[in-house]
Formats: sequence, C-alpha cells, structure tokens
Amino acid sequence: MRSFWSIALATLTKDIRLEWRSKDALNAMLFFSLLVVVIFVFSFDPLAEESRHIVGGLVWVAFLFAAVVALNQTWARELRNQVLDAYRVSPAPANALFLAKAVGNFILVSLLEALMAPLFVIFYNLRVLGPAWQLIPVALLGTWALVVNGTFFAAMSLRTRSRELMLPLLLFPVSIPAVLGMVAGTTNILTGENPAHFYIVLLLTYDVVFTTACLALFETVLQAE
Amino acid sequence: MNSIKFLYAAYIATWLIHGLYLGSLVRRYGRLRQQMKDLGKGK
Amino acid sequence: MKRAFPILAVLTVLFLAYAFYQALWVAPTDALQGDVYRIIYYHVPSAWTAFLLFFINFIASVQYLANARPSTARAAKWIVIAIGIVGFVAPFIPQVRQQLPTGMYPSSVATTFLIITTLYFVIGKYFVDQDLDVLAVTTAEVGVVFCSIVLVTGPIWARPVWGIWWAPGDIRLASTLVLWLIYVSYLVLRRFSDSAQTQKLAAVLAVFGALDVPLVYFSIWFFRTQHPQPVIGGGGSMDPRMLHVLLISWMAFLSFAFLVCWSRYRLEKLRREVEEAEALESLMETSATFSAGKVPFSQGSK
Repeated sequence: MRSFWSIALATLTKDIRLEWRSKDALNAMLFFSLLVVVIFVFSFDPLAEESRHIVGGLVWVAFLFAAVVALNQTWARELRNQVLDAYRVSPAPANALFLAKAVGNFILVSLLEALMAPLFVIFYNLRVLGPAWQLIPVALLGTWALVVNGTFFAAMSLRTRSRELMLPLLLFPVSIPAVLGMVAGTTNILTGENPAHFYIVLLLTYDVVFTTACLALFETVLQAE
Repeated sequence: MNSIKFLYAAYIATWLIHGLYLGSLVRRYGRLRQQMKDLGKGK
Repeated sequence: MKRAFPILAVLTVLFLAYAFYQALWVAPTDALQGDVYRIIYYHVPSAWTAFLLFFINFIASVQYLANARPSTARAAKWIVIAIGIVGFVAPFIPQVRQQLPTGMYPSSVATTFLIITTLYFVIGKYFVDQDLDVLAVTTAEVGVVFCSIVLVTGPIWARPVWGIWWAPGDIRLASTLVLWLIYVSYLVLRRFSDSAQTQKLAAVLAVFGALDVPLVYFSIWFFRTQHPQPVIGGGGSMDPRMLHVLLISWMAFLSFAFLVCWSRYRLEKLRREVEEAEALESLMETSATFSAGKVPFSQGSK
C-alpha cells in the first residue's frame, strides 16, 4: 500500500496535467477574475483619498469571488467519471485525496490572485506604506484558509440541489474571521498605520484549526455521498 | 419620550417573530396530519 | 407525558406575563437611558437562550458523529470528562485565575464546565441514535428563531441609545450575526441535501461552526482595539433589581423555549414516521405490481 504522501502527490500531478491539457476552464476563470477587478474599478473610485483604506477589502472580496468559481469545479471531474466510488472502496486514506484537491485548488487560486493583484496595483496606484514583505504570509495563509474550507464544503455540497449555490452559502459564514484577518491585515500593511502581526497569527490559528478539522472529518463526508 | 417607540417596536417584533414561527409549526402539523389520513385511507 | 403539555403551556404564558409586568413596571428606570433600556429584558434572555440551544445542538452533533463507532464514542466520553475536570479545577489555580477577565468569578467558570460535562452525558442518556439528530434539528431551528430576535432587538435598542443602528466593533452583536449565519446555512444544508447521510453532513457543519465562533470573537475583539469605537457607556455592574428582573425574564423565556422545542421535536418525529410509512407504502405498491406481473413503469398508476 502506497504511502499517504505518494497518493496525494500522484492525485495532484494528475489533476494539474489534466487541467493543463484543456485550458478552457482555466482561461474562463482568468477572464472572470479580470472582469471582477474591472467592475470594482468602475464601482469604487480609485482616486478617492480613502482608496488605500478600502483596497484591502476590495482585493480580498475579488479574490473570494474568484476562489468560489475555482472551488465549484473541484469535484466536477470526479463526479463525471464516478471516481469517488472508486476512492470509497479503495484502501487509500481519504484525506490524501482531500489534501491533493486542496493543494490543487490553492495553486489555481494563487494563479488567479497573481493575475488580479498587479491589476489592482495599477488601477489603484497602490504604494505599500507598511512592511511589504508581510503581504506574503497574509496572502498565503488567507488563500489557504479559503481553499481548505472551500474544498471541504465543495465535497459536502456534491449531493445537494443547487450545488454551486450551496458552496458559497456554507463557506462564507465560516470564513468570516479569516476574511476579517485578511482584509484588516492587508489594510494595515498598505496604510502602515497599525501592525498586522495579530492578523497573521489569527490566520495561522484559523488555518491550523480548520486544516485539522477538514483532514479529520473528510472521511465522514466522503462516505456520506 | 420619542425613544419609547423603540421599546414598543422591540417587544412587538419579538412576539411577531415567535408568532410566525409557531404559526409555521401549526401549519406543518396540519399538513402532516392530512398526509397521515391519506395514508390511512390507502391510495 | 402529553397531558403535561397544555398545563405547562398555561403556566409558561402566566410566567411570561409575570416577566412582562416585572420588566415594564417593577424594574427601575435607567438613569442614563430612560425607559427604552427595558428592551434588555427581551434582548439578553433571547441571546442566552439562543446560545444554550446552539450549544445543545453542538453536543448532539458531536455525539451523533462520535457514536458512529464504539471506539470513537468511548474516546469522546473520556475527552468530555477530561474537559470537565480540567475546567472545574483550573479557574481556582492562581495563575489561571489572574487570566480571567474582570467580573468573571472562578466558581462560575468551574460550574459552567461542570454543566457542559453533565449536559453531554444527560443528552447521551436520553437521546439515542436518531433522536440525537432530531434534537439537533430542533435546537438549530428554535435557536435561529431566538437568534433572529436578538439581531432585530439589538439595533432597535442601539438606535435611540447610541444614535446608530449598528456599531462595527460591537463584538457581541457581530458574533451573534455570524452564529446566526452559520446556523441558517446549517438549516439550508439540511433542506437542500438529498444524500442519505444528510444528518452526518449537518453534524459536521455544526462542529465547524463551533470551531469558528471563538475565532470570530477574537478577530473582532482585536479589530476593535485598532479602530476607534463609538462611545458606548453602560459599563460597570448592574443594579441588582434589574438583574433580578433579567433573571426572571430569562427563566420565562427558557420555559417558553422548552415548550417550543418540545413541539418541534414531536413534529419532527411525526414527520419521520410519516416519511417511513410513505416509503413502506410505495415499496409495497411496487412489489404488488411486480407480483401481479406488471412492469411498474407507467406513471399513471397512482
């Protein structure tokens, strides 16, 4: 029996390879992310005095929408090909599958964020007044927070009516403390007015708690479909 | 004394919400009893 | 058992009426806020009731998940006992005592943990298997009702007193809002899920919600320290006469909540019975048509 990590890695590389072969979904998601940024640019005046204070919120709301679009297709391929049944009867640990999916989503959402972030910098003429390097842990931890719970709730939503609606419905309430951390942390770093340390610690705590919960309970969810 | 209106609003809102919920419970009971009767008669 | 219900209902109505009288006429007028503060006698008891109901939902959900296998059920029981013992002893240790926020007595923290453990075992004894799930649905739904009342009366109270409907740094109201959102999503999941294992999924969601609540509280708490908040007076201890009426109100609403839960519980059990009976009926119909040699594909047979 192969180890947990080799199964996870194999699943992840398979997903990346499949996604890379037909880039349709990826391109559509990239374009959607661009559209979200443009809508925000037209809705919230970039030249306003206060723009640096609200950009943190705008950026993360935009990331959140892009993440939901990406997360909704997490299990689509598995559903189409009855792969989940195979997983259920195989001796492979369920969380290996979960981890692979979560990491795959993390890579995908990070890609979308990497596209959107420079656009925000350009359109909003952003200059970082605080310690810019701190944006990296905030971005990484924040993205993982959305992705880990999102992948989990996507699995929970599989056998529900209005599956695509169910995911954000379940994800948003639970993500509120993480979103607050991401937004407040980013705003603090951009404006340089307050330290962002606590928010980074908050995001780290959130990630640890919910990654553990997801890994522990994914087996239950997988069996439940 | 204008603020007393808020007191009334709060109390009325509370019982309105409770009333709506209890009403929905009664309605659901009624529907279930009807279903049971249908079952008893056989289709 | 069923005959007790009408009697309890009448008693509860009387109790609520008594609490109403106490809240509006017996409790003294607040020096700063005037009479509008009396909203507190509906707002706070509803909050405490909602939190208690959600907590019971959490316990029922954990037990439902843990009881799936005897090993996990045993492990869960020992963990709860450990939590109870640690929570009972710890507040009295000097280092821990210092960490407690002002106004929180060690004895009340200790009692709370004792209650938590007791509640787990009492619920486990009287509600088995499916009944745990029925309890979960009941407490979630009734909890959402009471929570809605908190969220409606809160801003109605805030507007005349603070001049604003919603203070972004109001930890309690914001945490309550998130709790409400989590449990509404719980109810939506229950309604929209077609899986045979909806109950397990809902229980998992309840666990996630419970993990989330302390994080919500601390995130908003810290946010507050960095942002100027509207001056919200009213610190300090409460007039004991007001506290007395508050407790009376709470007891009245608790008995009301108990009756509503009891009704909802019975409704749910009835609904499941009817569902089972209908399933059985259609099963027998299908087997009847099979044995009669008919192929049961025509939809018009009903």
